[in-house]
Amino acid sequence: MPPDAALPRTLLSWMVRGEWRAHPVRTFVAVLAIAVGVALGFAVHLVNRSALAEFDTAVRSVTGAADLRVEAVSVSGFDETLYPRLARLPALSAVSPVVEVTAQTRDGRSLTVLGLDPLRAARVTPALAVGAGSGFGAGRETGREDAVWLSPAVMGGAGEVLEVREGGRRVDLPVAGGLPSVEAGQRLAVGDIAAVQQAFGRIGRLNRLDLLVAAGVSRSEAERAIAAILPADARLSTPEAESRRGGDLSRAYRVNLGMLAMVALLTGGFLVFSAQSLSIARRRPAFALLQVLGLPRRGLFLQVLAEGAVLGVIGAVLGLAGGAALAGAVLSLLGGDLGGGFFSGSRPALDISPGWTLIHGTLGLAVALAGSLLPALDAARTPPAQALKSAGESGDPGRRPPLAPALGLGAAGLAAAFAPPIAGLPLMGYASIALILAAGVAAMPWLARRMISPLTRIAAPVPVRLAAARLAGAPDQAAVALCGLVASASLMAAMGLMVASFRGSVDDWLGAILPADVYMRVANAEMAGLDPTLQAALAAVPRVDGIESRRTLTLSLSAERPPVALLAISPAAGGAPDLPWRAPPRAVDEGEVPAWISEPLSRLYRLSPGDTLDLPLAGRTVKVRVAGVWRDYGRQFGAVALRRSDYLRITGDAGANEAGFTLAAGADPTDVLQRIRQALPPDLAAQTEVAPSAEIRRVALRIFDRSFAVTYALEAVAILVGVAGVAATVSAQTLARRREFGMLRHVGAGRGQILAMLALEGALLGAVGAVAGLALGAAMGQVLIQVVNPQSFNWTMDTRWPLGLLGGLALALTLASSLTALLAGRSALSADAVRAVREDW
Amino acid sequence: MISPPPLRIRGLAKSVPGGRILFEGLDLDLAAGEIAAVMGESGAGKSTLLNLIAGLDTADAGEIEIVGRALSGLDEAGRTRLRREHLGFVFQAFHILPHLTLAQNTALPLVLAGISSGEALSRAAEMLAAVGLGGRESDLPSRLSGGELQRTAIARALVHRPGLILADEPTGNLDPETAERSLGLLLQAARTRGAAVLLVTHSARAAEAADRTLFLGRHGLEARRAA
Repeated sequence: MPPDAALPRTLLSWMVRGEWRAHPVRTFVAVLAIAVGVALGFAVHLVNRSALAEFDTAVRSVTGAADLRVEAVSVSGFDETLYPRLARLPALSAVSPVVEVTAQTRDGRSLTVLGLDPLRAARVTPALAVGAGSGFGAGRETGREDAVWLSPAVMGGAGEVLEVREGGRRVDLPVAGGLPSVEAGQRLAVGDIAAVQQAFGRIGRLNRLDLLVAAGVSRSEAERAIAAILPADARLSTPEAESRRGGDLSRAYRVNLGMLAMVALLTGGFLVFSAQSLSIARRRPAFALLQVLGLPRRGLFLQVLAEGAVLGVIGAVLGLAGGAALAGAVLSLLGGDLGGGFFSGSRPALDISPGWTLIHGTLGLAVALAGSLLPALDAARTPPAQALKSAGESGDPGRRPPLAPALGLGAAGLAAAFAPPIAGLPLMGYASIALILAAGVAAMPWLARRMISPLTRIAAPVPVRLAAARLAGAPDQAAVALCGLVASASLMAAMGLMVASFRGSVDDWLGAILPADVYMRVANAEMAGLDPTLQAALAAVPRVDGIESRRTLTLSLSAERPPVALLAISPAAGGAPDLPWRAPPRAVDEGEVPAWISEPLSRLYRLSPGDTLDLPLAGRTVKVRVAGVWRDYGRQFGAVALRRSDYLRITGDAGANEAGFTLAAGADPTDVLQRIRQALPPDLAAQTEVAPSAEIRRVALRIFDRSFAVTYALEAVAILVGVAGVAATVSAQTLARRREFGMLRHVGAGRGQILAMLALEGALLGAVGAVAGLALGAAMGQVLIQVVNPQSFNWTMDTRWPLGLLGGLALALTLASSLTALLAGRSALSADAVRAVREDW
Repeated sequence: MISPPPLRIRGLAKSVPGGRILFEGLDLDLAAGEIAAVMGESGAGKSTLLNLIAGLDTADAGEIEIVGRALSGLDEAGRTRLRREHLGFVFQAFHILPHLTLAQNTALPLVLAGISSGEALSRAAEMLAAVGLGGRESDLPSRLSGGELQRTAIARALVHRPGLILADEPTGNLDPETAERSLGLLLQAARTRGAAVLLVTHSARAAEAADRTLFLGRHGLEARRAA
């Protein structure tokens, strides 16, 4: 190494190893903080990536090599005469018609049944249609036209009969063979198109046409030719768009989970900052010596930064290994959506990419470096001659802690909260949270002095005055001890505030949308379900006072977005329905069809009351007038409610697949529920769920709580890391003050008084941290409620203050901090403190 | 060719914030192998003088030359390099890094000069043996007495063969017997290696061991025979 190199490697190695040998626990906490953050971030990424990869594979296997696709806007499909018209277009070289039915197997699990033309499908969906002796079309010598081929995930072998239900009917499908090329985990049955149309009542209807563009024809050219002949109930799309829609389903949820994991990493960064600041303060004379002996200022800066980098690299490596293990465990236990319900039933394999592994590792390193940057600058700026004479840890009690940086960061955070989403994600909202957090941490020295100084002027017992004087005189050290705790506590408070607000709003919403006593829903019955006769029979069930039947179906309004829900409902007295309104509904002009849209639909499609909306219904485009916006937490991609009478007039569909029952006074819901079931034909009953509204509400809230369990777990990890950080820093600071305690003992302070002083110092620190954490948490919680949620999920909520949780958090932090200081103080005051205590804990 | 003197100071002046003049017109020459003691009242600026010579502080006026190189002509990096190559330091508080072994502490100036770890440790072991700490290379400082810590500091000050050693109250934290032994060791080792020593001390006994004793006052250094 040349003599002028800023930082000799040997010196770095000696200093790092010496420091680690002397303070293994403190070093371990800093490494652990980074490792936990990286592990959580990497695990969430791996789970998401694996789930999306599986979803993409599933899409690919059923759409194969198709360049374009025409898809129906609703499950009722489009007229099959479109098929020959498209097949005649010279711009297309192949067209493969598809009927798609979602049915239920006997075990209640969902099964996708595809009807294909084997000859056409061979060109565009080879995964389904090729294979010597296996795959759809092979072994057709069974002679059964209605035979199906099953993917490996569906039980059943050749010669068996698969019993499925759809739309209230039972269909028996003879099994002809397997589909070995279909990915494990996908539940798929493929049969001849005509047979599937016949078996499931889809005669003359198709759900999809997979298309290959002819050689020499551009895709846009083909798109123009197709668009010219498309009916209103069909839409041109691409396999890529479907993959994208699949990703969109869970995108906001994934991003939010990822961001929560980053919170743990951020807390880790603050802990590295704490550990490094403390270490720098303690080693100030040592660094001064190195400068005197000839280490350049830049070398010292690099030395501290390199120490942080070593922490970061070790933490990142441990975190990546831990993250991969955690993701593997989560995928096998919870599936690909972490309990979010977006990819139900999937158990994807772990999909690790080197690029993303490197990115997460680098993130851990970057956070450790960022946490070391200020301490490194501080070390390099301190004049060596002055530092050689200093005791190492004292600050200047006369210095006024600056507030300007905190105000600047806070103003930037406020500005970021008003910024629009980026690529549909609340990235500026998260930036706002990070800036507010940084502002809070930067304000800690000022806040600590403002809060504690008044205590120094009151006539309090000696321990109180000593404790207050110490903290008011060294607010920077208080801030260093607290920054990890404030970070984690504020994030916990923010999450607590958001979840309490969300839960309260969901509870209110459930009450508003479930006014009846008992509800029933027929699964996989968007086209069938309860015919008018059956509806009348259900209305006549004893002890039922009233029934409100409704049709609920999915409708695609855009090829680029997941489908929305259409609700055909019966408002009382023909006016606006009873929905949880965001603003009072308005009347529409005579002759117009009113539509009441949900908040997510309003935000996603930028629609307000008074606007018109084109609905593809019954093969034509129907213009409806937006008459109101209602709050909906059940359908993230939007819902539109129509009067059932309007729906019937437009579509002629008098059926229903949902119903709410109002019971007679004093009726026993369990008894009525039983009678409703008995009124249904057996095949329909097997597909129908009937439950009291109270039970639905209870289950819904249980699912809500379960889906937030992951976020609470992530937050709990962050706060544990934060408390560990406080323990490490308070202990280290306490142990470093043994000389001060010795002096106090000499001038007459009793051991009990010193311990009381330390406990009070800890409690004051914890209280300052709690006050700051809760105040910051309230601000950050508002950003989550007002910015992040609306931008992520397109719904709003009312603020609810979880006073019990916040009070408990403040109390726990104060007590934990006090206890930690007391325990550290007992060690520092032990008889043989100098030899027994190795400045570690 | 004549080697430049280890230290040459002309017209040095320094005042403290608030305007109080510590000293002005201070001149000093130190020849190779020469040992000079500087005495003076508390607050006279003895430590400040050492900081100025080490390039850790800047003078109001005057010039300092170390082995013929004027500090005023050097930037911070140049002053750092000069310290690394030509100066050795011994402090009252020893300043031995607690988490490094004695050999590592002693080898610090060599490592900072870019010498390989193996060679630096080998030379440090020789130096430790020279100050009576042979075989203790792997010990941590927590096991050492005050005298042993100061001997380690002396070994560190001499290991890279500097031309000038600055010693700030090197015996201030030691009992008289240990102080005498440590100082004797420092001065003997410096003489053996031809290094000049500027010794700041309050101790008349320590000053007696020097070739000459200087008293620092407002008008610079005044030569006086120690009482």
